[in-house]
Amino acid sequence: MGLSYILRRLLVMIPVFFLVVTAVFFMIRFAPGGPFSSEKKVPPQVLKNLEAKYHMDEPLVQQYFRYLGDLSRFDLGPSFKHSNRTVNEIIAEALPVSMELGLIALCWALLIGITAGGLAALKPNTLYDYIPMSLSIMGICLPTFVIGPLLVLVFGLWLGWLPVAGWNSWQDRLLPSLTLGFAYAAYISRLTRGGFMEIRHQDFIRTARAKGLTETQILTKHALRGGILPVVSYLGPALAGIITGALVTETIFNIPGLGRFFIESALNRDYTMVMGTSLLYFSLIFLCNFLVDIIYVVLDPRVRYE
Amino acid sequence: MAILEIKNLVAHFHTRKGIVKAVNGISYSIESGQTLGIVGESGSGKSVSQLSYLRLLPSPPLRIPNGEVFFRGNNLLTMSEDQLRTIRGHKISIIFQEPMTSLNPYLTIGSQLVEPLIIHLGLDKKTAWKEACEALDRVGIPEVEKAMKVYPHEFSGGMRQRVMIAMALTTKPEVLIADEPTTALDVTVQAQILELLKKIQKETGMAILLITHDLGVIASMADKVVVMYAGRVFEEGPVETLFERSAHPYTKALLKSTPRLDLTQEKIPVIGGSIPDLTQIGEGCPFYDRCSYRKDICKSTFPQNRNVTQSHQTFCHVEEL
Ligand SMILES: Nc1ncnc2c1ncn2[C@@H]1O[C@H](COP(=O)(O)OP(=O)(O)OP(=O)(O)O)[C@@H](O)[C@H]1O
Ligand SMILES: [Mg+2]
Repeated sequence: MGLSYILRRLLVMIPVFFLVVTAVFFMIRFAPGGPFSSEKKVPPQVLKNLEAKYHMDEPLVQQYFRYLGDLSRFDLGPSFKHSNRTVNEIIAEALPVSMELGLIALCWALLIGITAGGLAALKPNTLYDYIPMSLSIMGICLPTFVIGPLLVLVFGLWLGWLPVAGWNSWQDRLLPSLTLGFAYAAYISRLTRGGFMEIRHQDFIRTARAKGLTETQILTKHALRGGILPVVSYLGPALAGIITGALVTETIFNIPGLGRFFIESALNRDYTMVMGTSLLYFSLIFLCNFLVDIIYVVLDPRVRYE
Repeated sequence: MAILEIKNLVAHFHTRKGIVKAVNGISYSIESGQTLGIVGESGSGKSVSQLSYLRLLPSPPLRIPNGEVFFRGNNLLTMSEDQLRTIRGHKISIIFQEPMTSLNPYLTIGSQLVEPLIIHLGLDKKTAWKEACEALDRVGIPEVEKAMKVYPHEFSGGMRQRVMIAMALTTKPEVLIADEPTTALDVTVQAQILELLKKIQKETGMAILLITHDLGVIASMADKVVVMYAGRVFEEGPVETLFERSAHPYTKALLKSTPRLDLTQEKIPVIGGSIPDLTQIGEGCPFYDRCSYRKDICKSTFPQNRNVTQSHQTFCHVEEL
């Protein structure tokens, strides 16, 4: 693998991105309703002015090319619903919040998931295995909107240790990130356990043992790389899920992240906002998967030459 | 005194389908500088018997209900894991039967080769690297500096097997267990490797436990031969007398079923039937079903050992074949 591989991957991205832009643009335009069709009846003249302001009086194809033109300058246009604010401004404000939440959640997921899974694999069919694995089943089954309020109830209200909402101090970060990361921790713990259990029975682990290595040396040097690979390949989808899935958590804890704007804009037919957030999510997901592929290749020498 | 002595070793797998009786009370010993050949059909327990006492098989399902294995007088079966670890890969090395999968695909050849040198001999990284290069060179791997830096999948099966052999020899073990060390190699390389093993044996006096299907290899390498079948030793003796005066129906059949270059044979006779289901074998002789000399007593009791010569023993109720 070299620079050419990376370049090729990035080049393939361009037509795909173009397709996504086109698909989202026309899908949202053809959806019934529009940004100004709200409950309140707007006088016809006002509506006309509004449409002129946002170029909605132009033919659709012309609007499409106008959008492409703006996009090529990284201008996502003005929001239809948040008057006087551009989509770029809103994203610049809300994205760091979502990213911070997502990254902390991912750290929890990896820390808890790999520790629990590793422990379970080290001592299979003991309490070290049964307890985390039963918990992980719970983590996978329970949706965020159950875990979130549950954590709030216990740590926020009963014990009073942590704030129940907001996004100011570091304590504010704990409950939302745990809520968001829990399901991923659960999944990662199972992948880790599975990965290590499979590696344990490989011939090359037997070779390592035959050479006189200690179990710790075997685990950290010979089993870790291969054992962690399933987790690595899961990281791409996990990151994507964490980023886009933050919506529920952001709502529960009243966090000013991007998820809220995404849903809101889709419901309101805030055309530019829908486009902007969708394209952002798409790019993030693509980048995450791309990064993960590279990590995978670094870890597994066998795929390097294919 | 024997450097390695196996006494009444029993090794069973407790599986869901029943108890797989892979090894059923085997005894033999080997001295320094000696080569002991172990032959027998596939599934006769040759590999399991070695791997079991080195604790290289998953347990469960493996259980060793009986037996002693002495290395320099110390019982490997009762010593602590820490103690065994100082012997494994240092004093007793093993070349596995599976060259394709026995090297770690995620680590370079070099980093795997230096491990025993660092762990057991306490060498620093640089010295270990140099020694490892020499070890690779000895087994006939070209461009060793480059070879040290590649990953196993870039090597063919034969090359990987040479790496395994080099790795087993780095610490100058006192006992080398070679489980079909040359099956993955072509004939010329095979001869080369066997020569190398002999040469190292001469230099260091290591004992070699050579497991193979190839009676030709046995004839050229071994001092002593053990014939195994269904977890039992059927016959044991010096290589010359064992082949010429084999006193066991199974050994005779085994010899007959081996193609010989010096005779033009129309058809190679095969031993009829197959090895019995290891979960079903009882107290009798496991060869009973396939044996053309069988007697009633064979069905119920396994024979005591009988001397053919002083050093040649057989386990068969039938005295005149
Ligand atoms: N983990 C295991 N669980 C159950 N049975 C096993 C296990 N490992 C080996 N066996 C069984 O033990 C028996 C002896 O196997 P072993 O590998 O010692 O044979 P072998 O003589 O080395 O044969 P080959 O010449 O094919 O290498 C076989 O029937 C095999 O199926
Ligand atoms: Mg074998």
